[in-house]
Order: sequence, then C-alpha cells, then structure tokens
Amino acid sequence: MEKQLSPDEKLEALWQGVLAPKDPQGNPLQFQSPEAKKAYQERILRFKDAIQMNKLPDRVPVTIFPSMFPWTSAGMTVQEAMYDYAKCAAAFKKFILDFEPDVQWLAVAPGPGKFYEILDYKLYSWPGHGVSPEHSYQCNEGEYMKANEYDALIQDPTGFFLNVYLPRVFGALGGFQMLPFFPGILEMYGVALNFIPFGLPPVQNTFKALFEAGGEALKWIGTVGSVDGELASLGFPALLGGFTKAPFDVIGDTLRGTKEVMLDIYRQPDKLIKAMEALTPLMIKMGVGSAQMTGHPLIFVPLHKGADGFLSDEQFKKFYWPTLKEVLLGLIEGGCVPLPAAEGGYSSRLDVVKDLPKGKTLWMIDLTDMGDVKKTLGKNACLLGNVPSALLNLGTPQEVKDYVKRLIDVAGRDGGLIVCNGAFFDQAKPENVKAMVDATKEYGVYN
Amino acid sequence: MSKELVKAIADMREGEALRLAREMAAGGSPPMEILNAAREAMGIVGQRYQEGTYFLPELVLAGEMLNQITDIVKPELAKLPEIKRHGKVVIGTVAGDIHDIGKNIVSFMLDVNGFQVHDLGVDVPPQKFVEAIRDFQPQVVGLSGFLTLAFDSMKGTVEAIKAAGLRDKVKIMVGGGQVNDKIQEYAGADAYGKDAMAGVSLAKKWVGDK
Repeated sequence: MEKQLSPDEKLEALWQGVLAPKDPQGNPLQFQSPEAKKAYQERILRFKDAIQMNKLPDRVPVTIFPSMFPWTSAGMTVQEAMYDYAKCAAAFKKFILDFEPDVQWLAVAPGPGKFYEILDYKLYSWPGHGVSPEHSYQCNEGEYMKANEYDALIQDPTGFFLNVYLPRVFGALGGFQMLPFFPGILEMYGVALNFIPFGLPPVQNTFKALFEAGGEALKWIGTVGSVDGELASLGFPALLGGFTKAPFDVIGDTLRGTKEVMLDIYRQPDKLIKAMEALTPLMIKMGVGSAQMTGHPLIFVPLHKGADGFLSDEQFKKFYWPTLKEVLLGLIEGGCVPLPAAEGGYSSRLDVVKDLPKGKTLWMIDLTDMGDVKKTLGKNACLLGNVPSALLNLGTPQEVKDYVKRLIDVAGRDGGLIVCNGAFFDQAKPENVKAMVDATKEYGVYN
Repeated sequence: MSKELVKAIADMREGEALRLAREMAAGGSPPMEILNAAREAMGIVGQRYQEGTYFLPELVLAGEMLNQITDIVKPELAKLPEIKRHGKVVIGTVAGDIHDIGKNIVSFMLDVNGFQVHDLGVDVPPQKFVEAIRDFQPQVVGLSGFLTLAFDSMKGTVEAIKAAGLRDKVKIMVGGGQVNDKIQEYAGADAYGKDAMAGVSLAKKWVGDK
C-alpha cells in the first residue's frame, strides 16, 4: 500500500515541485541564465518563509495581484485582452518584466472572450456584451437557483449543477436539462434507455457547443499559459494553484444572489446551512484537486458576503464562518496554502477568524487597518496587502513609498507580511505600482 | 393592532406582520394606517441598522415586508397623499459599473430618514444624472461605484453636471468600494461617505436638517 503523506509532506512536495519546475515535455526547465534560476528560487523561498512564519525571509516579499491593470496599462482595451490571446500574453509578460514582482499571478484574468460567446454565458456581462470595450467584465446577479430548490442542491449538488444550474447560466447548455440520472446506470437490463438523450438534437447541439468551447479554451490556455514557462525561465515564479470559495458565497454570489441569500437567513436558515454543508467537501475537493493538478500550492479564496456591514457578528458566526473554516482547514489538510482575500473591511471579523493554525494561511487584506490585523489574525497568518487602489490611482510615487514604509513598520518588522495591492484593480498610475514594488525592495530588507 | 404590526415588522417576524396587515385590511383599517405602521417600522429598522444591531439581511427582509404590505393595500393606494419629505436625492451607480448592493443600502437609509430618493439604478451615464437633476431637482446627488473604473466615471459625471450649469444647484457625495476622500477630490465631489450612515448625515446637513 502506498504511504499516506501528512499535510505538511504534501505541501512540502508542492513547494519542492515549484522550486524545480519542468517544461511542457516534463524535462527540467531550462533557465535563461544562472542569475534567473537563482532569482526564481529566491523569490519562491521569500514567499514560503513569509507564509510559514518560521524564519524571516531575506526581505519582505512584494507582488502585484491585479485584475485588468497589466492590459489597461499596456494601452489595450479589456476587450482586446479577452479576444486577442497573443496580445494578452505578450502584454502580461511585459508587465512582469517591467514591474518585477516576486511572484506573478498568471495571465488568465481576462479569459477567452470567444469561449463565453460560444457557450452564451449569461452570468456575466463583458466587453461587447453589455460592457464597453475598455471596462472589465462584471457579474449579473440573479436568482439562478430558486428558493424552493435547496433540497435538490443538498441531495445531489453535481446533478443540480448539471441539469438545472449550468443550463441557466450558459445558454448553449440547454441540452443538459435532458441528461440522464447517472447513478441510475447500473445493470445491463435497461441500460440503453439512459443513453437515449444523447441521440436527441438538443443534447447533441449542446455537445457540439462544448466541443467548440473546449477547443477555444485549449487554444486560449495554449497561448496565455505559455507565458508561465517563459517567465519562470526568466526568474519569475507563479504559485497560484487554483481557487475555491466560501460556501456562503457560492450560494450568495452566483446561485441565489445577494438579496435572496439574505432573505434565506430568515426564511429558510436550516436549508441554507445544510446546503453550505453539502458544498463544503466539494469546495475542498475543488481547491485540493486543482493544486495537485497545477502543482502550485496557493489556493485563492475570494471572500465576499462576510465582510463588515453585510452580516451581524452572530450571523457571521452562524452562517458564514463555520463552513468557510472547514474549507480552509480542509485545504490545509490537503497540502495547500489557502489564500483568503478579505475584500472590503474585515475589522469586526478578526476575532472570529484569527485562530487558524500558524503559518498555514495567507490572507489578502483590503481596507482593514493593518495594525489591528497584525495583532489578531496576523499572529497566526501571513498578511498580503494592503496598498489602496485610490492611492495607486491618484497618489504620487512618494506617497506610495511612504505608505509602503509605514505598512512594513506596522505589519512587517517581524515577518509575516507580503506587500501587495489590497484590492483587485483595473486602473492605476504605472509609476505608483512600480513605486510599491521598489519601496518594498528598498525598505523591506531584514537584517 | 397597528402597534403590533410595527413591532412585528421591526422585529423581523415576517409571517406575523403579513397576517396582521391582512387582518387590518380585511377589518376595514384605512390603508394609510397600515402603511404608516409599515413606515414607522422601517424607521425603527433604519435606526437599528444605524446602531449596528441590524445588517443587510434585516434591511432586505424589511424591504420585502414593505413591498408585500403595499401589495396588500394596493387597491386604495391611489388615494394616499404624498408624505412630507425633508429633501430630495438622486442616486445611482456611475457609468460602466453595475454593482448595486452598497447603493441600495444608501437608498434605503435615505428613504427611511425622510428623503425622497430617485434611484437611477446601475451603469448610469453622466447625461442621465444631468437629466434627473433637471427633472427631479434634488438638493443632493449620490454617486456610487465599486470598481476602479468608477473613479473616472465619477469625475466625468461631476464634469457633465458642471457643463450643464447645475453644479451649484446640488451637493454631490461619492462612496462605495475603493472610494475615499482622495477620489472625492479627484472627482470634484463635495464629500465622501464611508457608509450609508455617513451618506444620511451628509444629506441631512446639506438640506439643513438636524
């Protein structure tokens, strides 16, 4: 029998994997120079030491985790970045080489515009489809899961997604409504009856759209994904292994919608909790599986509806945190580093979320006071953030430098800090973004 | 019975609130009495939100209860006189941005604090703000935005209001997402509100209400 690795061993295997990257053929990656190889490994270890909080890295790591900035700053529209994959890849590469952050977060943010068209994606508006060319895609909130569908989700989440949810958010996946009940495919007697839907035109049309969409996705990742190897060979590592979500946000963001999930807290709290419990193992599996597939340890967990002002303390403790905590611990158990992004303010949540195992998570902090975070959550978790978008947009390089210096003094003197933007941004003054990186390299050296 | 209705709504007992409203309507209570009770309850909800005991779930549920109760008395609604308001506010999420959670909270809180609110929705072009100011003649304009793109849209909206010769007719407040006083200055607005309560205070100050 194969030996079971402990969570720490699984994680260490991922770190060792990124430290010794491979090319697409599976051979050791050829670095473009010995200096590039050295820089690549130093950058990874800098992040690893900051996250694990066992020893101080050589300096405070710095990174840029933008949304559309790499493309808007290259003078492209978001539409171009979404439809011209080669241009998207080239601009991203130039962005990393110009700004020289310690870690890059992949060129995948714009995504493949054509792919969304093929599947008639209704969940988002994007340039040319409800949003102007220069603006980012945005979510169309809606009640994509009805109030009376909790039982269906709870009993069989995958079946609910296949038969009900996906046809609602992708116009071209209507044929999925007719798919058979797969756990009913058991014996030879009658087995063929299950496959009748695949002979019907709506299902066949859906599969045709899927083949086309799959081809487009492959074409896109073949282009934007090739940048990772190039950047690695030049000394810039990627650590992002995938993403997952807090079960409350899964329901509140894209299934029921904000208004409806808030009503469910009063109208059907037990079903809401049961549904979140049903989603929890799936959200763990999603993150762990994707870390294993990509070989990268960090699993991004954007946090939305638990921020200050959305829920009361009691509601946060009852509805939001228990399943999120389970997801975070499950990711750690699976050998990943969860990277929850506390978007907005999180002051009122710090005392609830602070007691996670030390050195196992990395928290992106947006508007919360970093001094407060450091004294609570920051005792156990490395913090990433929190240079404000307004400052990056409208400040001067000197103001950015001053901010970074204060940030390091307040939250980084004894480790556990990675300097970064606090929120995902599309626009900024390039010289301010550069100042954020340079100031960290200048002030962030540990003696 | 209207006291019980106020309490049921304010305490988030939806089933009981609707039952009471139906009973009152069936028993011949004037629609005005039922709606006044609902409005009084909204004031309490707003107060509790302001005090930090109520949050988004309560605001949403209160709004739902109000809608359902309005439906119950609707046949008579046409006869209702307009209630007295302290002032008028035009509000909207600026061009290019379709986020509305924060804006809706501000609208709700302005409404329960006695303002007549004209909510233009999301992705509102500057010209639409200008037209609304002309038609509705508010004292206050609220510009909301979540994404960084909103910074320029806010600036563009204020410029359009200025170009239309309406800048000195209104006070403009901005808020949402990454917005702060730096953005206020950049956009040329009069103030930045950190949250819904700040928005209400600004509006009250500007219309000369305590």
